[in-house]
Amino acid sequence: MGRHLFRGGIHPPDEKKRTAHLPTEVAPLPELIFLPVSQHIGAPAKPAVKKGDKVLKGQVVATASGFVSVPIHASTSGVVRSVGPYHHPMGAKQLAIEIEVDGEDLAAEPLAPIEDPLNADPNVIKSRILEAGIVGMGGATFPTHVKLSPPPESPIDSVILNGVECEPFLTADHRLMLERGDDIMCGLKLILNIFGLERGYIGIEMNKPDAIAEMARFATERGWCDIRGLEVRYPQGAEKQLIHAILGRDVPSGALPMAVGTVVQNVATAVAIWEAVTKGKPLIERVATVTGDGVKEPKNILIRTGMTLQHLVDQAGGLTDDCQKVIMGGPMMGMAQHTLEVPATKGTSGVLCLPAAEVRATGHRDCISCGRCVSACPMGLSPTTIFNLIDKDKVAEADEWSALDCIECGSCSYVCPAWIPLVQYIRYAKGRVMARRRELKG
Amino acid sequence: MSRTFFITSSPHVNDGDSIFRIMWSVVGALLPATLWGFYLFGMPAVRVTLFTVAAAVLAEAAANKMRGRADTTLDGSAVLTGLLLALNLPPSAPWWLCVFGGAAAILLGKQVFGGLGHNPFNPALVARVLLLVSFPAFMTDWAVDAGYLADAVSSATVLGEAKTFLMTPALGALPDVDYLDLFIGFRAGCIGEVSPLLLLAGAAYLYWRRIITIDIPLAFIATVFVITTAAWGFAPEKYLNPMAHLMTGGLMIGALFMATDMVTSPLNTKGRWIFGLGCGLLTAVIRLWGGYPEGVSFSILLMNACVPLIDRYTKPRKFGLAAPAKGGG
Repeated sequence: MGRHLFRGGIHPPDEKKRTAHLPTEVAPLPELIFLPVSQHIGAPAKPAVKKGDKVLKGQVVATASGFVSVPIHASTSGVVRSVGPYHHPMGAKQLAIEIEVDGEDLAAEPLAPIEDPLNADPNVIKSRILEAGIVGMGGATFPTHVKLSPPPESPIDSVILNGVECEPFLTADHRLMLERGDDIMCGLKLILNIFGLERGYIGIEMNKPDAIAEMARFATERGWCDIRGLEVRYPQGAEKQLIHAILGRDVPSGALPMAVGTVVQNVATAVAIWEAVTKGKPLIERVATVTGDGVKEPKNILIRTGMTLQHLVDQAGGLTDDCQKVIMGGPMMGMAQHTLEVPATKGTSGVLCLPAAEVRATGHRDCISCGRCVSACPMGLSPTTIFNLIDKDKVAEADEWSALDCIECGSCSYVCPAWIPLVQYIRYAKGRVMARRRELKG
Repeated sequence: MSRTFFITSSPHVNDGDSIFRIMWSVVGALLPATLWGFYLFGMPAVRVTLFTVAAAVLAEAAANKMRGRADTTLDGSAVLTGLLLALNLPPSAPWWLCVFGGAAAILLGKQVFGGLGHNPFNPALVARVLLLVSFPAFMTDWAVDAGYLADAVSSATVLGEAKTFLMTPALGALPDVDYLDLFIGFRAGCIGEVSPLLLLAGAAYLYWRRIITIDIPLAFIATVFVITTAAWGFAPEKYLNPMAHLMTGGLMIGALFMATDMVTSPLNTKGRWIFGLGCGLLTAVIRLWGGYPEGVSFSILLMNACVPLIDRYTKPRKFGLAAPAKGGG
């Protein structure tokens, strides 16, 4: 058990029984794939192909543009049909490369596997991670090579792999731990080597005893990792809460995990790193859970980037007639989508389809000051106060009440009996606070 | 094919609770004590309750209409306000007093501030105190001519007798009390305040439903207990036994159901402890040394006024403010 419990949090029903026991199935190739050039936080990649070009699986179709950016690779072979604006999971249309799939799935010349990977030079590993376009696969999609390159004044003494998967419904990481345990373990070792460390941690919520047992088996076998079973409480998998639970360290307000000498990576990211290093394989596929009562046969699927939600949903038997909401990601932090033409990206951990009965209409009452959001906030904030302040345009005071510390986990909205979309108000407040800070600076 | 989907910001799930469920749950939690009041005091108590609740609900409907607001008439909050007021009225209250009180609770206690969520003071208590200072005779007439208690007990309350004795010892004596009777609720008083047992049962249900927290009631009752114990310890011939203080008057219904009102109590635990402590302190001071025999209503209202200040100075401790622990793990 992780020894340190974080304050606040909620206990939503985990809804994972639908898919936790289902082995990952491989999705067949669709006719079209759409690769957004922005599948990560940071500068969008620059398209390197044009209409009519033939591309092979694994070929770079867009190059990194800057340090906080990664390349995008074709996830199968085919012909580029267009390069232009297309639906994006974040809402507005963004530049994407449309590929007409030829069905041959011909691979480009892979990057050369790195020999004796467990003893390789850290810099070689890091540049391979960049070349392979690897980003944080838990959903934040921050470029991994950046996260693994902290400035020298922030020495890293702890590495944690995140196998918590605290979002209800999702079981992609759970399946990965059951099916690819040793790859996760080896990926962790590569990260440890980058920092010259001997041992790391893997944090897993106690609602996945089989995954804990499986990972513990590899941990004993390999001997470079401690498995920590963690209390089942949302958002246990949030970076700061996870570090608190395992190490008892609190990342200071406004700082990154490296401020307490810690790097956190998702278990799926570790697998991607291992594959990039040993097989030269770029990040073009991942496990995603297609689930909810809005699809007929919920499943865990190995998907390629660029597949549309329609294609993924089809693999799960299609939508039910009463499906009313389609969410990319989990129910707590995922984004509702307006069309199934949206493509999956490197950060797509799941597609959640909710039937009408489980969708709550909007429209909220006034706050009744019940204080439940305050008790639920894992960051020790007072969500309703920030909401009230920003509702009255009091940006400076919203800043004083630490709007920027919000991690947008959604616990406050989840418990609000007045149905106030508190997180959304706080997101808005964060935007206003940051704009004001920039203004004040000059 | 094209389908339309519903779009909202995250999160997309919720715990299923609502203002409607909370308000009606509190009404439900008050039912045992209400029915006990009906049993003890008979039809007059039923009449008081019906008039007060009806007036509150009608006032809510009228206010919504006047303000052009969404209809909140049956969300349970108006019923709850009316019920809480009724339970704090003597069973002999005349119908017009009930109607005036019920309407005043909603209109002056709540709607003038902008409706549910915006009222700084507990609406039922605003009305109760308004009635108490406007019509003191009606509000302290404990005569009962129906129900179980019809001829069973004297029409004076324990706190009333104790206060009379305290102010003018020549006119009376400290009342003799049977604690078991007091705990179960065999006494004169307001309709809903007489049975600590049933009030505690209702509060336990609300605690289990996470609608009230333990901090306010505990701080409130413990503070009253400590101060009245001290007074009694120094001068037992002069002051009432602390157990009697706990089980009489409006302390139980006040601490469990009125001080815990979400809208008018602090947002977080630390604030709620301070709030409860303040309520207890003021109640004890009024009961022991003030002009009124009972002080629960006044203390809660006074503390209601302090809530914005308390909330301001009890900001929750933000994650990551403490110095990072070195070499943990």
